[in-house]
Amino acid sequence: MNIGWYLAVSAIIFCIGAGGVLVRRNPLVILLCLELMLNAANLALVAFSRMWGNEDGQVFALIVMVVAAAEVTVGLGLVVAIYRRRLPIDVDELNELQG
Amino acid sequence: MSAVLFFIAAIGAITGAFGVVMLRNPFYSVLALAFHLVSLAALFLLLRAEFVAAAQVIVYAGAVMVLYVFVVAYVGGGEQVTTRGALRVLGPLFALALAIELCIAMLGAGLKGVNSKGAAYAPGFGTPGSIGKLFLTKFLFPFEAASILLLVAAVGAVVLARRRRGLEPDEQLEERVEVPRPAWTGTMAEAGGIRLPIHDDQPAPGGVPVATTAEDGPDHEGGW
Amino acid sequence: MTTFGWLVLACPIAGTILIGFGYARWPGRSAGWIATLAIALSFVFSVLALVKLLGLSADHRQITSTLWDYDVSAGVDAKVQILIDPLSIFMMLVVSGVSTLIHLYSVSYMTFDKGYSRYFSYLNYFVFSMLLLVEAGNFVLLIVGWAFVGAASYLLISFWYRRTTATRAGIKAFVINVVGDVGLVLATFIIFQHAHTVQFLPVFHAVPLVFAHNGAPIVVACLLLLVGAFAKSAQVPLHTWLPDAMEGPTPVSALIHAATMVTAGVYLIARMHVLFEWAPTAADVGAIGGCLTLVVAATVALVMTDIKRVIAYSTMSQIGYMIMGVCVGAYSAGLFHLMTHAFFKALLFMAAGSIIGAMAGDQSLDHMSGFRKALPFTFIMFIVGGLALSGMPPFSGWLSKDDIIGFLDYRGGGFEILGIVGYIGALLTGIYTFRMIFRAFFNEPCEEAVELEHGHLHHADVPTNPMTGEVEDTDVGFPGPGHFIAERELPMKIAMSALAVLAVIGGLVQVPGIDDAITKFLEPTFANSKYVHVEVGTGSAWVGLIIGALIAIAGISIAYRIWVKQRGTSARLIERFSGAYVFLSHKWYFDEIIDFLIVRPTAWLGRVVSTGLERGVITGVTDGTASAVRAGGAAVRRAQTGYLRYYAALMIVALGGVALYFLISST
Repeated sequence: MNIGWYLAVSAIIFCIGAGGVLVRRNPLVILLCLELMLNAANLALVAFSRMWGNEDGQVFALIVMVVAAAEVTVGLGLVVAIYRRRLPIDVDELNELQG
Repeated sequence: MSAVLFFIAAIGAITGAFGVVMLRNPFYSVLALAFHLVSLAALFLLLRAEFVAAAQVIVYAGAVMVLYVFVVAYVGGGEQVTTRGALRVLGPLFALALAIELCIAMLGAGLKGVNSKGAAYAPGFGTPGSIGKLFLTKFLFPFEAASILLLVAAVGAVVLARRRRGLEPDEQLEERVEVPRPAWTGTMAEAGGIRLPIHDDQPAPGGVPVATTAEDGPDHEGGW
Repeated sequence: MTTFGWLVLACPIAGTILIGFGYARWPGRSAGWIATLAIALSFVFSVLALVKLLGLSADHRQITSTLWDYDVSAGVDAKVQILIDPLSIFMMLVVSGVSTLIHLYSVSYMTFDKGYSRYFSYLNYFVFSMLLLVEAGNFVLLIVGWAFVGAASYLLISFWYRRTTATRAGIKAFVINVVGDVGLVLATFIIFQHAHTVQFLPVFHAVPLVFAHNGAPIVVACLLLLVGAFAKSAQVPLHTWLPDAMEGPTPVSALIHAATMVTAGVYLIARMHVLFEWAPTAADVGAIGGCLTLVVAATVALVMTDIKRVIAYSTMSQIGYMIMGVCVGAYSAGLFHLMTHAFFKALLFMAAGSIIGAMAGDQSLDHMSGFRKALPFTFIMFIVGGLALSGMPPFSGWLSKDDIIGFLDYRGGGFEILGIVGYIGALLTGIYTFRMIFRAFFNEPCEEAVELEHGHLHHADVPTNPMTGEVEDTDVGFPGPGHFIAERELPMKIAMSALAVLAVIGGLVQVPGIDDAITKFLEPTFANSKYVHVEVGTGSAWVGLIIGALIAIAGISIAYRIWVKQRGTSARLIERFSGAYVFLSHKWYFDEIIDFLIVRPTAWLGRVVSTGLERGVITGVTDGTASAVRAGGAAVRRAQTGYLRYYAALMIVALGGVALYFLISST
């Protein structure tokens, strides 16, 4: 397949993830949508790597995976801490960091 | 042949994505994501990125998703997902607009390779060996930085999720009193029934567990 | 010799500081004696300075002495510098001499007043300021002395500070004095701008060189000097503070508002005679102002009922004579009248203090009568002072007043008219002076007089403010409980007798045709004047003197007729001329005019600026800026909602926007 197809798929998945972030209220699901977006980026990177023929894109994708793992760790730790404080697990209720 | 595989994998990925966004139960969302990740691994294989595909399955679908499953099990799910306000409509709209824009941008970019099937295949492309060589030569610094990042993340997660002592103000204690946690919930230690006696009238550890009192909690030395 | 000049200044200020720092601790009357001693020493040093000066040859009788550089920079050469010359020694002698006697008088007059030490500290400070003023050798020190004298006057007028009338009078005096200060300072600027120095002697040498004769700069400078002189000497139109200043204790009125401070204007014009002769227009304006004051004040004195205010308007009138004299060139005559006036006016005030003491603080002529038997000594003092004031021969006032009028006649032309007005003023002087004396001492004795004849000094049951009738107490800030009359107090007697003697014989130093000690003495100062060698012929001088004597006798007899012989005459006159009577008793409506023209617009301006400019503009700008910033912040703050998805939406929209931009810009 043309590389363009892969890029299109990547774009679609990215935007699904973005829409999910905007629409869902459970922070866990929002984090999942973030994962979607990161994966879409990974797909694009690997596609480009194939296009150019060198593996820099793949290395980048691996680093993105590392970062995603780290971010998931911390994010889930936050959610657990919120749950422990008996605060509602709903981003619309957690709005105290405001001006 | 590869076209067919591509379409299967692509549809699987997109379906998984939709599932993540639209399923009510967060547990199902996690499962949908796992499915999506595996489809993505297939796409990686089609792009001849063997190592990345393997890493995707092992690390992402294997470790990260399992972590998610644990947390979803702990936190629980079942939320009312009805989005309030303008974002209910505007959210998907923005996303659609962005998708169209990205497609136009990427496909209309005029890059020579976009319309091709990629560069010529060099043997050893995407193998662990070549990637490893890159990691240890050209991308050594990002490699090391990534490892430090992981360390930081691990420490951060431990700090965030541990139980603290005496840091919560009184209103939290009162909240605790008003909404007493049912028995058997809480950390592993509580659930395990190991409780240090703080009142004389409390039974010794190992006895019938009683409801926690206000003092139990952050002031209480919940063991690790 | 200049050492004596500095010692003359040092004694009063030492007295002030000494009494001031220990004011709560000086027992009994010791503060008074210390103050009197200080001024007596000052007088002694002045006499020594005089002796030394007379030992010098006539050409070398203007000596300056500098202590230190006060402000020598950027072209200004202001040093702490005194100028000892005949004029300053003359003034020093008059000021310190009369001040000593008034201090002596005050020692008993102010006894039992709770502010006794404070009074003497202020009084010494006043004498120091006045001496500084007359000894100053440059404009800057003159202005310093000028301002100090104004401050001392304010402190002493509002000495009984719990009386609202007194504090208001003090403020009024001070504000009008400040107007004069401004005139003086502006004049100094103009003079400095042209002469490039502030020291007197160099300025006087430079005047013919740097100013055009009767040109705009010198005339303006002299007019501004006149503003200063008129404010300090209470001439029309800056005179309204002087009658109100009678709120101060009587010795203060005697010293400041008769003998010394109000003569500072006369001294100023005499000192600046070089400038005034170079600007005849300004000198003429001054003469006309003096003449106007002379007659306005004399007419008002005819209807005043407060005894101190009669004497105050009399002071104003006599200073009009002096100003007229020094403005037309009769320097020695004007200063001669200054000296004699100091004697008899201080005497009159002291005697008035005595009779007010007998009336237990009541100053109204309406309530006084027939004190002749009860207060014999005071009566004699009044007669002596009154005769001297009216210009009866051979008293000093006769010789000095007619000295001035004789000079005016000599100068001829328009000045003759001023001379005739001077004679009219002399007639009025005789009338109002003896109106006062006849009303207070002749006819049936009032009850206080009867009480006193039986040996008992009247004391009011409840002390009240004589002007408003408000009840007071005798604690600090109000007059003390003691009332003193000269007959019973030796210090008062001594002081008044000394002044009486001087009032009688003081004129003999300048009898036309026989001697002219004052003119000769002052000649070195006025050597550069056009009129220094003017000699009014002895014959015409004696003609003037005889006319003056006849007018004085006429005035006294008219007063006798109205107020003693035919008792109801004054009531009938008031009925017939009621319009004029109302006009005069409102003091020619000067207070009302000034209130309307100046006080109200200033208050209105203050209100407008306070509400409009202050609150509207300035507060608007500062508060407005602050609230604009706050509003801007509030507007921006609304983007921070706290909702995660809102932030995410913003990010995605921004991302889309950026991508769009690059997309478009690349095509």
